[in-house]
Amino acid sequence: MPTVIDAAQLVFQPYVLLVIFCSAAFGMFVGAIPGLTATMATALLVPVTFFMDPVPAIATIVTATAMAIFAGDIPGTMLRMPGTPASAAYVQDAYALTKQGRPEAALGASLVFSSIGGIFGTLVLITASPVLAEIALKFSSFEYFWLVVLGLSCAVFISPGSPARGLVALFIGLFAATIGLENPAGAPRYTMGSVELMGGVQFIPAMIGLFAVSEVIRTFIKRGAEVRPPATPGKGIFRQQAKNLVTYPVQALRGSAMGTAIGALPGAGADIAAWISFAISKKFSKTPEKFGTGHVEGLVEAGASNNAAMSGAWIPALVFGIPGDSITAIVIGVLYIKGINPGPMVFITQPQMIYAVFIVFLLANLIMLPLGWLAIKGARQVLSIPQKVLMPVILMFCMVGSFAINNSAFGIGIMLVFGVIGFLMEENDIPIAPAILGLVLGPMLEQNFVTSMIKSDGSFIAFFERPIAAGLGLFTIAVWMIPLLLLLMRRRPPAGVSEP
Amino acid sequence: MQFVKTAAALGGLLILAGTVSAQEYPERPIQLIVPWGAGGGTDAVGRLLGAEIQRELGVPVNVVNRTGGSGVVGHSAIANADPDGYTIGIMTIEIDMMHWQGLTDLTYEDFDILAIVNADPGGVMVSAESGFDSVEALLESIKSEPAGTYKASGTGQGGIWHVGLAGWLLSEDLAPDHVTFVPSQGAAPGLTDMVAGGVDIVPSSLAEGRSMIDANRVVALATMSAERQDAFPDVPTLSETTGSDWTVAVWRSVAAPDGLPDDVKTKLMDAIEVAYNSDAYQTFMADRGFGLRWAKGDDATEIVANDDAAFGEVMKQAGLAAE
Repeated sequence: MPTVIDAAQLVFQPYVLLVIFCSAAFGMFVGAIPGLTATMATALLVPVTFFMDPVPAIATIVTATAMAIFAGDIPGTMLRMPGTPASAAYVQDAYALTKQGRPEAALGASLVFSSIGGIFGTLVLITASPVLAEIALKFSSFEYFWLVVLGLSCAVFISPGSPARGLVALFIGLFAATIGLENPAGAPRYTMGSVELMGGVQFIPAMIGLFAVSEVIRTFIKRGAEVRPPATPGKGIFRQQAKNLVTYPVQALRGSAMGTAIGALPGAGADIAAWISFAISKKFSKTPEKFGTGHVEGLVEAGASNNAAMSGAWIPALVFGIPGDSITAIVIGVLYIKGINPGPMVFITQPQMIYAVFIVFLLANLIMLPLGWLAIKGARQVLSIPQKVLMPVILMFCMVGSFAINNSAFGIGIMLVFGVIGFLMEENDIPIAPAILGLVLGPMLEQNFVTSMIKSDGSFIAFFERPIAAGLGLFTIAVWMIPLLLLLMRRRPPAGVSEP
Repeated sequence: MQFVKTAAALGGLLILAGTVSAQEYPERPIQLIVPWGAGGGTDAVGRLLGAEIQRELGVPVNVVNRTGGSGVVGHSAIANADPDGYTIGIMTIEIDMMHWQGLTDLTYEDFDILAIVNADPGGVMVSAESGFDSVEALLESIKSEPAGTYKASGTGQGGIWHVGLAGWLLSEDLAPDHVTFVPSQGAAPGLTDMVAGGVDIVPSSLAEGRSMIDANRVVALATMSAERQDAFPDVPTLSETTGSDWTVAVWRSVAAPDGLPDDVKTKLMDAIEVAYNSDAYQTFMADRGFGLRWAKGDDATEIVANDDAAFGEVMKQAGLAAE
């Protein structure tokens, strides 16, 4: 208990609280701009943290990223441009609500359940971090392979329209992921002699292109058909949420738990958590047909999940110094510079530091409610800006974001190419989301498959030899089989009747 | 009219250029390119050195990450910049391997190497659950089992620890692929995979395994250096144990494009030396368990050249070099 008091003394100082407030505002701003991710918010903050003490330095990153993940939902809801990849899973439902004139229903749900998910994740981080990290550490390439296959399967099954179109999109993403040098053999593929292409298709510019630039193109081509979302009534952002919590308690809890667990797995972060939770929500929903038409159920679960993953990612980072996602990868670097060497020893030598981090996490997720409310109110102004003014500004931010990720104009090129690809895909009713997941998970899929095959000397049985891998493998196959079985069972009676 | 405007603008530029060359270097911000991602070890070293060089030279030093292509993209960006002292970068050991792999024509000769600022020797690490307590016992078991029984990981295909492992096996009269190498995204994923039971050996630097060693999950059996490391005084060298004379170390250096003016080069080298000796840098390296190593100018170039030749030899024998 004295450690907790020490920790509280480290956090509850005017300077630290001011830092938390400023970085919250910064995170809101970055997250709300399509293309600028929570990871980018962290990267931009690192030089600033060099001048701070350890606790405010960590507080800066924790607060800004938690805000950014929520704020990513704002442009996703209002403009159908997810501010961060973690918001992409449920952007369809959120935007559908806006078109129905109820953006506050979507934003309120995502705000409140982001906060709930974040707090849940933090409580798990506090109580169970050593235990959970222990489980995550048992994952070798075999287990990761199945996890990735599961993620990709989800992408196809949750995509709107037919699974065939989802598969087309998935393969576009997987193909783009094969470009470059970052493959297990370390051999350049489809680089056509370009040094820049050796680095592969950078994910951020591609995502900005697919989601944001394609939207800009569409706006200018179909100017006559422009549908202006009506202004939000704004009332009841919070009031409806009590009802949501009563209606969907299981979803909120399941999303939070799943998000925390996925976040704790090294390499899988908030975006994958949101996808998987959204798919689970649809699978177990009583009304799966409503998904994609402006239904809050998936928003509740996936919105809680991505913020829970933010907290969950810190579990392996703090306990073993292994990053749970790209943000904690940067955080570990900052911790070392600040003289906090993440690892089991830090719990013994500097427990007040760890508790201070926990307190900051709770604060960040609580301050999110009032600040998020302000951000939603402010975001309404976005709607009153004419599209022909807004779109060039968005394009400019897209370019800045694409350039900044690697300080290279090549990123802008990638963004433009994928903008055109995204536009063509949408024109042909091919969903974009599976392409994004293919691009993110493609390298992981290949890496884990090839390394597993090298380890097993080419035997496929190895994918089922380890207990956790076997469980995940069987589960994945079951996911594929259940829709087929359902289809067969539904068709059998009429087939029997029509037999001559 | 248009012509007059253009001419006037050009004239203005020339005057500006004239005043620039008349002033003493440096008079505008310096760009420091890091070929690896933000948050990694090389990034941290680059940022810290950048801050100290900034203090010394009195102009901002902006750290820019140019990642991708296993370091080819960033190293190309350094080498292709103007050799005016306003673009420098952190050059890593991959420069001595990527051209052997046929990924690029770029070699260390395309750079003016200013200084080596860090070196971390390779090691031999196994999982705590493996039961091995000495490198002799491990080597004995590797030799007695058929090729491919043991698997190692810790870097990409043809990466530094892959070459380090192949070089060690060759020095023990084994085939360079007697232990199968499983490519990974780096030392941390390799170590995690080893603890999870996926592979048996990680030949990366002991510094990279430090938190796992402290957590009693990984055992360091040997260091691939001539002397024991200060940070790991209990870990013996290869020559003390198996008698192998193989050594390998991953170093980081500060380099500029080839053809730097002499006065600029001297000024930069002096600034880097001050940065290297600063309390901030020395403390940081010790805290993170990174090995300190200092070599300047020609001495640094010689180290880089020797490694280049040695790696080329091992990579050819191991089949890692392009035809």
